[in-house]
Amino acid sequence: MFDVEETRGDFPILNKEIYGKPLVYLDSAASAQKPSKVINYIKNFQENDYANVHRGLHFLSNASTDEFESSRKKVKNFINAEREEEIIFTLGATDSINLVAHSLAENFFQKGDEVILTVMEHHSNIVPWHFLRDKCGIKIKWVDCDKQGNISLDDIREATTQKTKFISITQMSNVLGSDIALKEIIKFAHENKILVLVDGCQGISHKETDMKDLDCDFYVFSGHKLYGPTGVGVLYGKYDILKDMPPWRGGGEMIREVSKESVSYADIPSRFEAGTPNIIQAVGLGVAIDYFVSKKNEGLFKHEEEISKYFHNEIQCVKKINVYGEKNITSPMITFTVDGAHPHDIATIIDREGVAIRAGHHCCQPLMKFLNVSSTARASIGMYTNKSDVDIFVKALDKAITFFD
Amino acid sequence: MSLQSIIDDFEFLDDWDDRYKYIIDIGKTLNSLSEGEYNDTNKVDGCASQVWFIVEEKVIRGKNVLKFRGDSDAFIVKGLIVIIFTMFSEKTPEDILKIDFIGELRKLQLQENISQQRSNGLTAMINTVISEAQKRV
Repeated sequence: MFDVEETRGDFPILNKEIYGKPLVYLDSAASAQKPSKVINYIKNFQENDYANVHRGLHFLSNASTDEFESSRKKVKNFINAEREEEIIFTLGATDSINLVAHSLAENFFQKGDEVILTVMEHHSNIVPWHFLRDKCGIKIKWVDCDKQGNISLDDIREATTQKTKFISITQMSNVLGSDIALKEIIKFAHENKILVLVDGCQGISHKETDMKDLDCDFYVFSGHKLYGPTGVGVLYGKYDILKDMPPWRGGGEMIREVSKESVSYADIPSRFEAGTPNIIQAVGLGVAIDYFVSKKNEGLFKHEEEISKYFHNEIQCVKKINVYGEKNITSPMITFTVDGAHPHDIATIIDREGVAIRAGHHCCQPLMKFLNVSSTARASIGMYTNKSDVDIFVKALDKAITFFD
Repeated sequence: MSLQSIIDDFEFLDDWDDRYKYIIDIGKTLNSLSEGEYNDTNKVDGCASQVWFIVEEKVIRGKNVLKFRGDSDAFIVKGLIVIIFTMFSEKTPEDILKIDFIGELRKLQLQENISQQRSNGLTAMINTVISEAQKRV
């Protein structure tokens, strides 16, 4: 049975006081805090088993390689991929999307090909496609969502033409927290020979994520939003697609043979892991996944749903508040503005109460424009969020609003 | 208003609620820019709030000074802009460069709000103040 108080005990940073007040961390959508298991494992790994991977024949190199590859296996099992080779360690979700875009630019996309994006995408799922537009003349087709962040299959269908070759879409908006009907979009895409990349940055830590069930062609996420270290992320790609994709970065273990005149490339996943990989971070991600899965099995998602509902309910009672995606009551993202005060003002004032939230455009400027706001404030929950966090936040918010009366 | 009077007021207000209310209040003294001046050229990079900033050369009491004007859509940032302008505006480039602004902001315990984050555009504003002054000495 999931116990939030016991879980909070696993996160040392939650004991911290900010300006003399207990920390109320409501910025997990930006980055989640790290449990002791991850922190200690990383330390222990470096003290006992660390060396470069894949290269040495010595004891430690083998120990390190075992840890690194076992982490890949954990990722594979976690997202229910078919094969370990389908899991590429990257620097993060941004890096993963850039990898796909750059690699596909080589011999997949041709001038005039169309890529469908939704207006809700994070800049990390927009800018790499802008690069491709400039580099090989692809066209970006935008699909609007409704005010709650829903995308219908009809909207996607309408944007699709003979030239559509790719859809890159979020699993869960980092602003509206909306839950997108991906399966039917992916099915439709495949019927029309369109590849689909799913940005799982937010979805991975709040939703059941199963590659065989979802059937997307690519899936990306970052380790640090899943209670793991920064500097590591994952690119999942279907074996049959990945195996034919050319490398993006060169050097290190990504080669088969190098001569003065030519180079041939290693098989996947090595082909996409140039240079010494982020060994420590990748190992840390594996531990984070173990921890996360154990919490998920205890009933984490049910806890998050309850807290989200409580949060949405409580915030609706605050005066002068406008909540975006207010109907998504199980959303872990609570995005809002306050009449007469700027989100930046609110975030700055409640910071002195020890409450950490985000204010700004959340790397979603097209969505901000669509919602007709320059910025919003966002509180986001993690596995350690309890009702007391919500109560302290609401009280701090209520008080901050009186500053602008 | 002088910087010293702001520092004195701050010492008198020992709780941050009152200090923020004070910053919001002094922000209200900031003159708006003219409508056309809220443009991309005058906009300072930042992501949490929007800041516009204009540097002008003036002669005041026979001295060439730099005069700053600016605005933000966030109330606290407006107040912080007033503090920055109180520190730097209508001073000669030589005098601007002599100011230990981090030390002054530390007296207000505002250095975290201003010097360490790019999000509110104020770091970029201070950098511009310094570089505009440096160009003229």
